[in-house]
Amino acid sequence: MAVGKEIKTKIASVKNTQKITKAMEMVASSKMRKAQEGMAASRPYANNIRNVIGHIALGNLEYRHPYMEEREVKRVGYIVVSTDRGLCGGLNINLFKQVLAGAAKWQNQDAEVEFAVVGSKATSFFNNMGAKVTAQISGLGDRPSITDLVGSVQVMLKAYDDGKIDKLFIVYNKFVNTMTQAPTIDQLLPLPKSDDEAIKHRWDYIYEPDANVLLDQLLVRYVESQVYQGVVENIACEQAARMVAMKSASDNAGDLIDDLQLIFNKARQAAITQELGEIVAGAAAVG
Amino acid sequence: MALFTVNLNVVSAQESLFSGSIKSLQITGSEGELGIMPGHAPLLTSLKPGMALITKEDDSEEVIYLSGGMLEVQPNQVIVLADVACRADELNEQAALEAKQRAEENMNAHGGDVDYAAVAAELARAVAQLRVIQVSNKKS
Repeated sequence: MAVGKEIKTKIASVKNTQKITKAMEMVASSKMRKAQEGMAASRPYANNIRNVIGHIALGNLEYRHPYMEEREVKRVGYIVVSTDRGLCGGLNINLFKQVLAGAAKWQNQDAEVEFAVVGSKATSFFNNMGAKVTAQISGLGDRPSITDLVGSVQVMLKAYDDGKIDKLFIVYNKFVNTMTQAPTIDQLLPLPKSDDEAIKHRWDYIYEPDANVLLDQLLVRYVESQVYQGVVENIACEQAARMVAMKSASDNAGDLIDDLQLIFNKARQAAITQELGEIVAGAAAVG
Repeated sequence: MALFTVNLNVVSAQESLFSGSIKSLQITGSEGELGIMPGHAPLLTSLKPGMALITKEDDSEEVIYLSGGMLEVQPNQVIVLADVACRADELNEQAALEAKQRAEENMNAHGGDVDYAAVAAELARAVAQLRVIQVSNKKS
């Protein structure tokens, strides 16, 4: 029964793989819950500061911060947030496709593109592609702190201040629900305008104490909170995507085992039938 | 009824503390106490440690402690971006008293080698927390 033995080892190996994918699925689903909580907690802040910034960008302020001026676009910066580890389905690749599509559009308009990457997957992808990577950070873990991120954000902000880039985007996966993660490109700088119709006329704020101080403070907070939110959402997405990917891998392994088991049973049955035939034939010849 | 209520959002980095229509908001700005009524002119200010007293549509009041942050006012919307914030009933009076005492001792004990600004900020936070507790006790 040589055939039978081969199939048996194969079944055993698939079963082992299934155990691993099952364990990964469970780990991912418990991590996802935590990541989701963290994401939901900081989302209102990020959304509201984005609203405030939208209003500011619409206003006619006495103090023109460089972040508010639309410049002619010669160079575009992308902050790409990816995962550190693989085995999470098409999460990263879908995101990179979006980035490349966006970057190609700018390149058609003769603008150069450079990247600041978060996460080792994006690092290796953009390095292999030969793209210009100005800053990279990886190994943030499941609970990143804002201070970890500030470095690479500062590089991009400085490039913007120095006029080396004229637009800055952040790219990350937005967590919609466990099954859906939407690759998202948000404009960070210059400040995106809100589409609130009610305040389209000319107006300015009353400032307490001073316009420059306030705006500087607010804008730094804005960029940090947006990048942080992007990273946190991406972590929740990573865990959700991994959970789904590992679930389908476990299911596939189950199907594979069923098929192999069927083949194994058929082979065994055939062997028995053949043996029986031989015995009957032998007995007939003797009798 | 557009001008009798205004939409308020109070958020901190950790959570959303309040979201809804209000009749008025009383809050500690960096330059002094502010009263925000519906239809206020656009205003942008930073906040000192202090409290936000919210008068809701049904005239009930809610007190929130803020450790600082930013306030943006639009005629139809008010947004408070707080650093750290919590509701009055989550504050611990004992802990606040101790923190206040500690800060005061620090300030008096060694004159030169303490970070005066940090201690002063801590004291301001403790005093603000105590005030929030007082106000909310008075109401209940």
